[in-house]
Amino acid sequence: MSSPAEVRRLSGYRLRLEGQQCSTCGEVQLPPRPLCRRCRSTTLEVRRFVPRGKVISFAEVSQAPSGFSGPYVIALVALEEGAIVGAQLSDVTVEEVEIGMPVEVTIRRLRQCSTEEAEGLVEYGAKFRLSSSSDGGART
Amino acid sequence: MKDVFLVGVGQVPVREHWKLSLRELGARAAIAAMTDAGVDRVDAVVVGNMLGSRLGHQDNLGSVIADAAGLLPCEAWRVEAACASGGLAVRAAAMAISSGGHDTVMAVGLEKMTDAGSAEVTAALAAACDHEYEAAQGFTFPGIAGLVMRRYLHEVGCGPEAFAPFVLAAHEHGRRNTCALYRKGMTLAEWQESPKIASPLRLLDCAPVCDGAAAVILCSERVVRSSQKALRVAASTVACDTIDLASRKDLLTLGGAVDSATRAYRIAGVKSKQISLFEAHDAFSPLAVLSLEACGFARRGEGIRLGASGAIRRDGSIPLGTFGGLKARGHPVGASGTYQVVEAALQLRGEAGENQIVGAKYALTQSIGGYGATVVTHILEV
Repeated sequence: MSSPAEVRRLSGYRLRLEGQQCSTCGEVQLPPRPLCRRCRSTTLEVRRFVPRGKVISFAEVSQAPSGFSGPYVIALVALEEGAIVGAQLSDVTVEEVEIGMPVEVTIRRLRQCSTEEAEGLVEYGAKFRLSSSSDGGART
Repeated sequence: MKDVFLVGVGQVPVREHWKLSLRELGARAAIAAMTDAGVDRVDAVVVGNMLGSRLGHQDNLGSVIADAAGLLPCEAWRVEAACASGGLAVRAAAMAISSGGHDTVMAVGLEKMTDAGSAEVTAALAAACDHEYEAAQGFTFPGIAGLVMRRYLHEVGCGPEAFAPFVLAAHEHGRRNTCALYRKGMTLAEWQESPKIASPLRLLDCAPVCDGAAAVILCSERVVRSSQKALRVAASTVACDTIDLASRKDLLTLGGAVDSATRAYRIAGVKSKQISLFEAHDAFSPLAVLSLEACGFARRGEGIRLGASGAIRRDGSIPLGTFGGLKARGHPVGASGTYQVVEAALQLRGEAGENQIVGAKYALTQSIGGYGATVVTHILEV
């Protein structure tokens, strides 16, 4: 389970999809890292990613770990700007999802700690839903 | 680097051991290995364990196991690399000898999972995922295996039933292993009727939660005795990949497994076609397929064919999981990597009973922590 301090540290990534752009070589990366993974530079600017992408793969989790209630759908999403994000899909059943579907970020509840742990802290973050401006998109 | 020899093996049958504690499991495996090697002292003990802190509320397992096995005051410590912890313990023991630091070292892999409930175990195992960026989003190991399986089906163009032969072969091998958790075999219908727990992944694509401990004794050339059934540790390697799935270059390539295996083949001076049997980390059936591809037994996207062709069966070209693998022998997570080395050693000693691969010369074992984040590879040579 997370602590309030951890939730605050992660808020840029979770709520605004903040990653980094390397000031030396221009590489973009998400999640943020201590080094540029291409040129190893430590000069990295915060970069907010466009919250849209396409589903690379997905699965329905039936046995939820503590803090979550299943079933829910997890996915890897390739963002329009290249980085890949692991997140839940929201407002869909697994039968409705296909590889290649366009999706967009929606901020939702991720999990709730029990009252014994972190005083019932509720965590929010990015999930993805089917794109509202979808024209079907090209399937990959 | 000095040569390293394997001179003793011990294992506790994989079960739901309601009556045995973590320390009793570890001590039984340790004592069995020392008896097998004909030694009553070792210079050091390396304990491989993943969940003792979370589920057993016990850290400092080096002292716990060394004491329980009657070995105090010998050096002892624990190593952890999630589900690869048992393989890593063997690697650490091998390094302690090849560096000249010690002459005789025991590696003990152990895990006790059945005291906790399902949600607690699932959450504890998920700690081997990226905590901040994936586990916190609800990613679990079956979930990740389901994601990878679906991508494999999509790119390769096969159906989920193409994975079934890997499950059935494992259970067939498990039938003849008295230490296996599952010895009844499995039918295709049973696999088909099992629920999808991370669609498209079925329950029976997954290795079971259970308890177990296994141990091996390694030694230097200086102390190996002719009365011992010594095998050479021809290679012992570890390689890592990103802990998060999202940062991988290719979802269908276990980069750490490729690197670890490639280095192991080079160090041992063997090619994949010389390997007599492969004890792979088949915690989920897609992992069995990706491991075969990573270790050079098939190209990317073609490992799935080794199931239908029968190549992975006991009489095939690359026998896989010859004692049932993680799937049927069972997967007491931090112990599995040590069980693999025990099983490989029994094969090379000609003591595999009805599971014997006749004329086995080189055995490959590969233990994977996280979804390919830490990969430990060993090659044993008779």
